Amino acid sequence: MSSIILALVIGAAFGAVLDRIGATNPNWIGKMLTLTNLHLMKTILLAIGTGSVLMFAGQMLGLVEVGHMSVKAAYIGVFIGGLLLGAGWALAGYCPGTGVCAAASGRKDAWFFIAGGLLGAAAYMVTYPAWLASGMLDNILGGKVTLGTVPGSKFDGLSAIQGDLLGIVLGAGFIVIAFVLPERIVGRGEAVAPAE
Amino acid sequence: MTLNWKTGGLLLGVVFFLAVLLVKPIGVSTQFVILDGIIGNAVNSELVTQTEESWTSTNAYLAKSGGKYAKSVANPLNYSFVFVIAMMLGAFLSAMARGGVPQDERRLPAIWYANYGDTPWKRYAVAFLGGFIVLYGARLAGGCTSGHMMSGMMQTSLSGYIFALGAFATAIPVSMMLYRKEG
Repeated sequence: MSSIILALVIGAAFGAVLDRIGATNPNWIGKMLTLTNLHLMKTILLAIGTGSVLMFAGQMLGLVEVGHMSVKAAYIGVFIGGLLLGAGWALAGYCPGTGVCAAASGRKDAWFFIAGGLLGAAAYMVTYPAWLASGMLDNILGGKVTLGTVPGSKFDGLSAIQGDLLGIVLGAGFIVIAFVLPERIVGRGEAVAPAE
Repeated sequence: MTLNWKTGGLLLGVVFFLAVLLVKPIGVSTQFVILDGIIGNAVNSELVTQTEESWTSTNAYLAKSGGKYAKSVANPLNYSFVFVIAMMLGAFLSAMARGGVPQDERRLPAIWYANYGDTPWKRYAVAFLGGFIVLYGARLAGGCTSGHMMSGMMQTSLSGYIFALGAFATAIPVSMMLYRKEG
């Protein structure tokens, strides 16, 4: 039961923040992906950096359970799937999480995105055996690995570098990039924010 | 009003951190599969069945990894599924609290209007197609923007970097081709 309460609280907080940073707004996504306004990119980079520094620093201080980490496997399909997701993300202006939030906030096109998504997921469920047989789902470079070796983690490291320290360094790197990234790369003048 | 990136990024980072601290990293796209399974199982109750130790399915994808997806289909009141429902609730309340998304935006986003005029059904068709490709790709990759890109890169997981590289390699050129006017 307590896990359901946590799901409600953390899920609602996540949905509310996605709404407030503009991630559920296809206009902000479009501006980010056409590199005409990178405000949302800065937000995302700062978030990854903040999360990383807090988590790994917490682990080093013994405040964060290392066992809560959940690392996904690396295989060729991750890259192909990423290419597909990127194309669809650009087309729709939504990814799975922001799509459901946008639909809830009343955006009509997001409901069509969800319908298409349910069909796409079903299509994958049906074609999964073919992907499995193709070998594209076979682990590469050790599969479920982190870039460094995190002390006490059940996941192997791609390198022998101390993983929690590396996590803090990379996290700080994300934060620095968030600060130095220009507001716009393509086009001239001030970056224009969407009206909504 | 959109939050300044410093405030927004900090808040978003704290949410991702709290998820790992209290439960596990955030992920969303699996729940599209779970909902498909729930719908499929309602139509054909043979889809997901109980075994001695756990659950299994006639669909190989639902049955994989010891039937963990089949189990979630059979018990929708689980952490990850409720999490996504709660996300919708949180986004709805947040949008309402700031006065709601304007009527014309709900019907058609400004960026679409600027490039393709008042063609809402064309937009809905593209959103549907985009949704199909996004979820097919996310399931092939084993995660989406939340699970791979955000949660993954935050944990320094190799797969997160591979995924992000692939996603931006197509997202940026496709977006630049589609949306030439800034809107």
